[in-house]
Amino acid sequence: MIPANFDYIQAGSVDEAIQALGEHGDEAKLVAGGHSLIPLMKFRLATPAYLVDINRLDDLKYVRDDGEYLAVGALTRHCDVEKNDLIVSNAGVLAQATHNVGDPQVRHRGTIGGAVAHGDPASDIPSALLALKATVVVRGPEGEREIGIEDFFTGFLETDLHDDEMLTEVRIPKVPDAKWSFQKFNRRAQDWAIVGASIVCGDGHAGVGLVNMHSVPFRSEAVESALLNGANAEEAGDLAAEGTEAPSDLNASKDYREHLARVLVRRGLQEAGR
Amino acid sequence: MEVSIKINGVEQSYDVEPRMLLVQYIREAAGLTGTNIGCDTSSCGACTVHLDGESVKSCTVLAAQVNGMEVTTIEGLADNDGTLHPVQRAFHECHALQCGYCTPGMVMASVSMIEENPSMTEDDVREGLEGNLCRCTGYHNIVKAVLQASEVSL
Ligand SMILES: Cc1cc2nc3c(=O)[nH]c(=O)nc-3n(C[C@H](O)[C@H](O)[C@H](O)COP(=O)(O)OP(=O)(O)OC[C@H]3O[C@@H](n4cnc5c(N)ncnc54)[C@H](O)[C@@H]3O)c2cc1C
Ligand code: FES
Ligand code: FES
Repeated sequence: MIPANFDYIQAGSVDEAIQALGEHGDEAKLVAGGHSLIPLMKFRLATPAYLVDINRLDDLKYVRDDGEYLAVGALTRHCDVEKNDLIVSNAGVLAQATHNVGDPQVRHRGTIGGAVAHGDPASDIPSALLALKATVVVRGPEGEREIGIEDFFTGFLETDLHDDEMLTEVRIPKVPDAKWSFQKFNRRAQDWAIVGASIVCGDGHAGVGLVNMHSVPFRSEAVESALLNGANAEEAGDLAAEGTEAPSDLNASKDYREHLARVLVRRGLQEAGR
Repeated sequence: MEVSIKINGVEQSYDVEPRMLLVQYIREAAGLTGTNIGCDTSSCGACTVHLDGESVKSCTVLAAQVNGMEVTTIEGLADNDGTLHPVQRAFHECHALQCGYCTPGMVMASVSMIEENPSMTEDDVREGLEGNLCRCTGYHNIVKAVLQASEVSL
């Protein structure tokens, strides 16, 4: 399978990338790791006329400790996130969720920015970022904006990014003494989650992100507020399907997904010591 | 567009369409057919090659993205005098292939994996090869071969 033809533009800087996006509007697409976009292009589900490659923007490949939060550059590849000491020790749930993405070859290419910007409800990484209450930094011709991760996802594969903006950084607040768990249910090695759950519990912090339970990566406010009110794992887990709109497909019906969400959230909370 | 890639140490340059996939560049432009195409949807791993030393699925990378970088394929593993790479030798000795279709990808994925973690357990190997499918062997001998090769230091 071969993608439809396009003009290839290699961006040498963030400004160049933004400028190319501005010139070509919705005819242009950024490509980072390409591990979501290239498959879509091969199926001709995406047919951008201009492809703007941001892989060479090495200054967007970093994990930094910025005091209150960790800053992760958008082009940081999954293999570098999953093993990074700062992430492993301050945001274990993100390391674990990233480790569960695809296989080593996929993780050598895919980037955190791509995984977030794609806005896929079936993706593992957004669930961890929801549980950590991360924010994303996007840059456009008018400068930068910082957006809460929950507000970033606006619809199925849709985000708050404008046509001429790019995501440059993910910010992960430190949750002191956090206990966490990442749960993923699938049937075959390497598969996407049928349902997944990221859980982070800390002092005054309850974060629960669900995979594949809605048209967007889903934050479970019902479970979070039960936890903040002292619910145990069983009581809070029972609420995991509240507010969801799980899809039915070949792998699972809506009912089965709701059941899985309750079981996985309960197990995750138990693992996180609730 | 002109795309130059150093494949197995040899600089190559061809005028190709931007939409050409790396696996097509390797097989059709450079004429190196050791790298196989299986699923064409980034699931099977048959097309695994090394990009600047790391395993990637070449059916899901554009040749244009690799302009100026280094690629190693299965043809580039053995020494010039034909001495097999330790992973190739272990696959041979452990009978880790039957039809051989998955083998170039299995070997390339294994070499990258051993370089990243030379002291793997059997579980690590099985998990590390989750992106490579084999329809013949049942995986046991492949896992044995990778463990044997990782003991022979690389
Ligand atoms: C075989 C396979 C298995 C996989 N399994 C899983 C899995 O189990 N779990 C999982 O979560 N994911 C999985 N993935 C997806 C993988 O995580 C992708 O790498 C990731 O979703 C997208 O990252 P990318 O860098 O490849 O993005 P790309 O494919 O390059 O881009 C995706 C989208 O985001 C946009 N984009 C990229 N970067 C930016 C940026 N900086 N700013 C603005 N827009 C941007 C692009 O324009 C495009 O629309 C799998 C992929 C494959 C091929
Ligand atoms: S052909 Fe590339 S992964 Fe199957
Ligand atoms: S040996 Fe035949 S597919 Fe693996």
